[in-house]
Amino acid sequence: MDQPTGYNRDPAAEQPPYLYPDYRSTVLRAPKRPLVPLPHTLSEITGPVYGHEKVGPLDHDLTRQHDGEPLGERIIVHGQVMDTHGRPLPDALMEIWQANSAGRYRHDADNHPAPLDPNFSGGGRCTSDADGRYRFVTIKPAAYPWGNDPNAWRPAHIHFSLFGTAFVTRLITQMYFPGDPLLDCDPIFNSTADAAARQRLVCRLDLEKTEPEWALAYEFDIVLRGRDATPMEG
Amino acid sequence: MSDQRGTTPSQTIGPFHRIMVPWEGGAELVATDDADAIRIQGRIVDGAGQPVDDCVIEVWQANVHGRYAHAEDTREMPLVAGFEGFGRAVTDGDGRFDIVTVKPGCVPGPEETVQAPHISLSVFARGLLKQLVTRIYFADETAANDQDPVLRSITEAGRRETLLALPRAAGGAPPVYDFEIRLQGPRETVFFDV
Repeated sequence: MDQPTGYNRDPAAEQPPYLYPDYRSTVLRAPKRPLVPLPHTLSEITGPVYGHEKVGPLDHDLTRQHDGEPLGERIIVHGQVMDTHGRPLPDALMEIWQANSAGRYRHDADNHPAPLDPNFSGGGRCTSDADGRYRFVTIKPAAYPWGNDPNAWRPAHIHFSLFGTAFVTRLITQMYFPGDPLLDCDPIFNSTADAAARQRLVCRLDLEKTEPEWALAYEFDIVLRGRDATPMEG
Repeated sequence: MSDQRGTTPSQTIGPFHRIMVPWEGGAELVATDDADAIRIQGRIVDGAGQPVDDCVIEVWQANVHGRYAHAEDTREMPLVAGFEGFGRAVTDGDGRFDIVTVKPGCVPGPEETVQAPHISLSVFARGLLKQLVTRIYFADETAANDQDPVLRSITEAGRRETLLALPRAAGGAPPVYDFEIRLQGPRETVFFDV
């Protein structure tokens, strides 16, 4: 049997570091010792495989989880999940969560004095289809203050969580909106050194997928690590 | 290949992940009355020794026979019905988390080596721009641990021990192991570059 291959490793500048002092919470949480290199063994190239069984019928539509409709700008967020070789990843479980249209999370730890929306929970799930494509319906989240400094505001964003095909492809990230003036001063967004890599976090207004008289669409493709060309050690 | 593209950068899970749709099963990979069940009681602290109380822990492991429930594990070893090998826990106000699972079997390592029973673990939290990856090994697997290629690669005194879950003396069912994760400090946990 051919040796299976491991997964490629991203250039350092294309992922954030652990220590990024402008984001103050990293200071006491980033390891100070160098990471120990781990060869990709069976433990790393396997990983949890979940698909449709984890997704309820309305999990992909965050505007239909309550009796009434949430306030705010209804949007469609769609895109394709693929690996670094451009291969689509079908049946990938995706989880999202976000603030409401006033910039408030439905969460005990969120003290921002903005209103909760009784018709918006802010959590969703879906799976990619056979071509790796996915689609959520939600409302556009707003900016909110977050205490990193006395006048720190997070740009509007939606959290995304994906497993991919292996333990090492696990990705939790955030999607931002094009043209947001807060991006320039957000340390979380700017923690990735490479400017082109940062732009992968910004979705694109998609007038083609917009549904007239109903909702604007944004396209957000997500790229997970792909297989390496060389066999894994062992 | 012309179609190469870069991986989407990681971003922190942030403090509000409890909004995610709840994960069915959570961190109980098996029922507590399963004959093979063990309980891992973990705690995670930051560089000031303060509990990390807003953290998501995910585990991934082989079953008791050392077989992963995944298409790429093609070895002829038994799967265990209902055992997927994945769990997700959230830390409490004291930085504690609780995983009910089984001790996995050995799995192959690089170059004909055998890896001791271990659980792969990811830490997601506010202040972590990407997940931290470590492994839980078991202090009562001395012989297997001595042969484990990953543990053997950690030569600096005192570091290897940070990966060992310690069996709690006072018995009980299921048996309990304690596992501490220290993000910084003199006994900083070994984290891996995967």
